[in-house]
Amino acid sequence: MVCESWKEKLDSYVDGEVSEKEMRAFDAHLRSCPSCSADALTRAQMKRAIQVAGKRFTPTVEFRKRVQQSIAPKPQRSFRLGWMLAAAAAAVILVVGTFTSAYLGTRSGRDHVFSEIADLHVATLASSSPVDVISTDRHTVKPWFQGKIPFAFNLPELQNSEFSLLGGRMTYLDQTPGAHLIYDVRKHHISVFVFQERSLPARIEENTFSPKKMPFNMETWSQGGLRYFVIGDASPADIDSLAKLFRAAS
Amino acid sequence: MFYHVGVSGADLQPDSFEELAMPLFDQLYNFARWLTQNREEAEDLVQETYAKALKGFSSFRLGTNFRAWMYRILRNTFLTSRKGLKVTTTVALDAEEEGSEVAVERDTPETLLFERSNRELLQAAIDELPVYFREILLLCEVEEMSYQEIAETLSVPIGTVMSRLSRARASLSDRLRPQLQQGSGAPAIAKGTNHGL
Repeated sequence: MVCESWKEKLDSYVDGEVSEKEMRAFDAHLRSCPSCSADALTRAQMKRAIQVAGKRFTPTVEFRKRVQQSIAPKPQRSFRLGWMLAAAAAAVILVVGTFTSAYLGTRSGRDHVFSEIADLHVATLASSSPVDVISTDRHTVKPWFQGKIPFAFNLPELQNSEFSLLGGRMTYLDQTPGAHLIYDVRKHHISVFVFQERSLPARIEENTFSPKKMPFNMETWSQGGLRYFVIGDASPADIDSLAKLFRAAS
Repeated sequence: MFYHVGVSGADLQPDSFEELAMPLFDQLYNFARWLTQNREEAEDLVQETYAKALKGFSSFRLGTNFRAWMYRILRNTFLTSRKGLKVTTTVALDAEEEGSEVAVERDTPETLLFERSNRELLQAAIDELPVYFREILLLCEVEEMSYQEIAETLSVPIGTVMSRLSRARASLSDRLRPQLQQGSGAPAIAKGTNHGL
């Protein structure tokens, strides 16, 4: 049979598994051979039919969630993550430290505050127990601060946002007590600091600030006598979103 | 506690596994369901595949084919399961390793089938195929894997992929023929053919 050798390779041809040269030869042969071209068409149609019929089952949303949760890195159980975070934080401290000492002479009070905030953020994340109140519930975290800091503030509702609250702790900036909250967004940790404006050592004019020589994104503003700082290695857009949520809640 | 600070020798970020593996979730589940023919077993199989893959992720060489690696884990897990052992012991793949002749000519029931869009009939026929035929057809047609990828997934040479695929297709045609003859009465499908099986 003249077409025998072509037919043998028809599957490879239809599967796109022949070389470009063979493909051209095949095309030429198919144009002149009704038997082979009908056969090729049949096989291609069958391929298509199986492809359609084969996409038959879809997993449930619950099952997908279950598997995703089972493979997602879990901070409370992950030694590896903790270690990496500590290593990253140590590196950041080095960078910040270098930056801080290099600019020590010219640093203004305002820069000093920003550096302190960055240090607090890094040092806290490097700690083995970064938060003192562990809760994703703002209604638990907010009352925890009662009696610990000399002011009250509101925490935003995070439903339908990508952020999750990990917890909070008390903090000090130049002997001024304040609140430090830690949020998570796509595995990045963002710190939110809240202090009384009048207790801060320097007057901060800007409402936003993107430190050029710091490996962080930061946003700060004053609202209701309180000074907020949102800082982290997340994208500026994420920092801004979280800041907006806080502004809206206050 | 929030974080434990510990020391680990592994150097691949765990979240990169998630990023690589989750996009394959739907198709792996579909494949698992075809293999097990049972929803619960398919879920168990997928769950176990992800657990094994996560555990073995440090042994996965970046730059090699992750999809084939995942399918291989899923398939090996299935084949060593009770059900897998049961279905594979009844299947003989004799002669294919010598590269037995490939199907030379095909009839046209497929065309009719396609025209009638009888998807369920086709699904039932695929379900009836021996597992080695079923899986290779799905990898080729549904997952659109290249012969090379299929060879990696099944851990067989490319020649075996080609001959097994050809036999799977012929076997499927054989199964479809009587049903289509029954339904359509079209004369074109009565043509006798040697499928090389």
